[in-house]
Amino acid sequence: METSMWRALLYLVGLLAFAGVNAAWLGWCERKGAARIQRRIGPCEAGFAGLLQPLADGLKLMSKQLLVPQGVDGIIFRVAPVLAMIPAITSLAVIPFSENIGARAMELSLLLLFALASIGMIAILLGGWASGNKYAIISAARSVSQNLAYEIPMLLTVITVVMISGSMNLREIALDQQGGFWHWNIFRLEHGHFLTMWISFIIFFICSVAETNRAPFDMAEAESELVAGFMTEYSSMGFGLFMMGEYLNIVVGACLTATLFLGGWDCPFGLTPGIWWFLLKIYVLIFTFIWIRWTYPRTQIYRLLNLSWKILIPFSMANLLVTAALIKVF
Amino acid sequence: MSGYWSDIVTGGKSLVTGLAITAREFFRPVVTEQYPWEVPTMTPLFRGHIELIGNEETGEPNCVVCGMCQRACPSVCISLDGKKNEGGKGKVLTRYILDFTKCSLCGSCVESCNFNALRFSREYNLASFDKNDFIMDLMQRLEDQNRCKR
Amino acid sequence: MTVPVHLRHDETFVLNLGPQHPATHGVLRVKLTMDGEYIVKAEPVLGYIHRMHEKLAEGGTFAQFMPNTARMDYLHALAFNHGWALVVEKAAGIEVPERAEYIRVITVELNRIASHLLWWAAFLLDLGGFTPLLYAFDDREKIVDLLERVTGSRLTYCYLRFGGVYNDIDDEFIAGTRDFIKRLRGRMPRLYHDLVTHNIILIKRIKDIGFVSAEQCRRYGATGPVARGSGIDYDIRKNEPYSVYPEFDFDVPVFDECDSMARYMVRMHEIEQSMRIIEQALDKLPAGPVMGKAPKVLKPEAGYYYSAVETARGSLGHRLVCNGDKNPYKLKLRSPTFSNLSLFGEVAEGMLLADALAFMGSLDLVIPEIDR
Repeated sequence: METSMWRALLYLVGLLAFAGVNAAWLGWCERKGAARIQRRIGPCEAGFAGLLQPLADGLKLMSKQLLVPQGVDGIIFRVAPVLAMIPAITSLAVIPFSENIGARAMELSLLLLFALASIGMIAILLGGWASGNKYAIISAARSVSQNLAYEIPMLLTVITVVMISGSMNLREIALDQQGGFWHWNIFRLEHGHFLTMWISFIIFFICSVAETNRAPFDMAEAESELVAGFMTEYSSMGFGLFMMGEYLNIVVGACLTATLFLGGWDCPFGLTPGIWWFLLKIYVLIFTFIWIRWTYPRTQIYRLLNLSWKILIPFSMANLLVTAALIKVF
Repeated sequence: MSGYWSDIVTGGKSLVTGLAITAREFFRPVVTEQYPWEVPTMTPLFRGHIELIGNEETGEPNCVVCGMCQRACPSVCISLDGKKNEGGKGKVLTRYILDFTKCSLCGSCVESCNFNALRFSREYNLASFDKNDFIMDLMQRLEDQNRCKR
Repeated sequence: MTVPVHLRHDETFVLNLGPQHPATHGVLRVKLTMDGEYIVKAEPVLGYIHRMHEKLAEGGTFAQFMPNTARMDYLHALAFNHGWALVVEKAAGIEVPERAEYIRVITVELNRIASHLLWWAAFLLDLGGFTPLLYAFDDREKIVDLLERVTGSRLTYCYLRFGGVYNDIDDEFIAGTRDFIKRLRGRMPRLYHDLVTHNIILIKRIKDIGFVSAEQCRRYGATGPVARGSGIDYDIRKNEPYSVYPEFDFDVPVFDECDSMARYMVRMHEIEQSMRIIEQALDKLPAGPVMGKAPKVLKPEAGYYYSAVETARGSLGHRLVCNGDKNPYKLKLRSPTFSNLSLFGEVAEGMLLADALAFMGSLDLVIPEIDR
């Protein structure tokens, strides 16, 4: 009893710290990454290499007034940013960082993650709707149709992984991929899964970009069309929480991708598995998120739905069938 | 249906090309100038606000108060006064005020001056909280410059 | 995607796009009547940056209006300088030395490239692509540096004079311009075309979007890349040549697709054509003075004068009325963007909001030039 309480407290503090540090300093990473791609320096004044910039930004946001405009739905307006942040932090509880580090290795943890991801979408819907701003409402409507369209192919590709591993427990899925990169789901030699799983990986990655509302799928934010979308009326930390929620969603998406396809904490050569491999993988994935954002122009809402319904869903369905056949035949 | 597959193939290829290009730019050197820390290279024709040119020896302004600059200015931002030169001929300048808030840096005044009395300064750090800072007394400025020279 | 919309007035709402909106590039306001994300009606509302430049011209001498011309179309300021210089020279009968004409062409074309690069950057920004903006500004910076060498300013140039130009160009400028052309030619295929033009997201975003027919262009008087993207082969530099343009060998890019992609391609090809003109002008550059004989105080004979130039956005006409005084009696400008914008309302009907903004970006609007 005593130890389990300490364990829970430790994980609580640890995960909150991990979430906080990531939410703050991923903003810095994004700005630095964007600057390098655009051949600028980026933040450089606050501290060494601008590393104190997130603190300065946070202080600035906190010192601002939290404006609640007239005519908004006061309660929902205030709750929405919190709702954007909390599910993302909660999701971290079921992520297995390494064989022995993971707050809670529950059965059906995969399902829990998807349920929590949907709450994040509801936060955008509520925030947009409660603002009573026309741009915000358009943005809210967009984000719902976008999330609906992208959850289907995402789940279809996840089912292929679940079929291969035979579990919905993230820890089990990761354990199943131990022992070198040829055991990872994406390159899996067994049953010839490498033939189709790389397609699954690409589809899953595209979907997680879309799910986290990142460019080129940032329809809900689309600053050149909708000013700031659902965040238009938010100021101060209301805005800040939405931003932090966005970065945490990226972290969760990267963790999920790493666990499902890239072998979790496994070393590519099967030598020294450990948390550092997991962290390396998620930060490479997060960098890819940033890299993609600063490369492409934004797509259009109906192009985005077309991509999902006409390309991703048929492909993921075909993939599912082929994977099932491979398991059955070989 | 042919459009469908070719879109996927060429589209996918274009997306990968885009990523490759930005990845290459990522590792190339920075091209921006670090503004407050670096002094920009100014061309000889750089147009700052105008200033008076003093005589090489005496340091007195070259201006003969002909008023051409005042008349040439499209924005009416120059006002100047002179008095009769005691002991010599012509006039000497007593007051030269530039209202820089109105100036559009067109350079008509410098061009219209036939007596080599005006030039562009090389000031580029011009920012202030007070509008009155930009109503400049150019006589004062010339005196300050002369004092610095000495 | 233009979809016919059944007008259901009970379910429409009015969306004020601007005057403060990231996509309107300044203070354009568009009153949109929307049905969901579809536009039922679009009315541009002008006048937020009206500074009565035409009236200001009457208050000063001819030379005093020169700095104002650059403040209208700040992106292609030299063409506005050129237009004003041409009409006054026509009125006062001032001869321009040949070297000055060549320098005018070189600087105006350099400025045209800068304007197109900035349009490209801003257009991509409208479409949500940030990085191309910085790449284009990197190239534009080189042009601005070059022009700063000869004109003394970086954006709102006041370089042309009646009867010549303000300052001669030197060898360093010529070498720098050649270097710049070489550099831009080297960067164009990768950073502009591979990264953006061939990008599937961009193609899907602007191809077959914003259909402007040739008939619409004629009806609204649209000129420049907007008309040339709709298959109208009209460029003042070719059709009503002025300055020394007839001496250069260049093409007028015309595309028949009538969509935003066609307008995009016209501008990209125009950059190349401008580079060709500059190269030829540098090769042929004659020696001589850069300032002809012009009286200090201009008093053109009473009468009506008109001249037109091709700016980066279309044809710019100056209509000048003189009454023999040293001030213009009346000046009327026919600015290209005003006509180009006026077709927005008709074309945007039935479009999605995001498509309409992409279409608006492809028109290359400079608001101070519309309002003047």
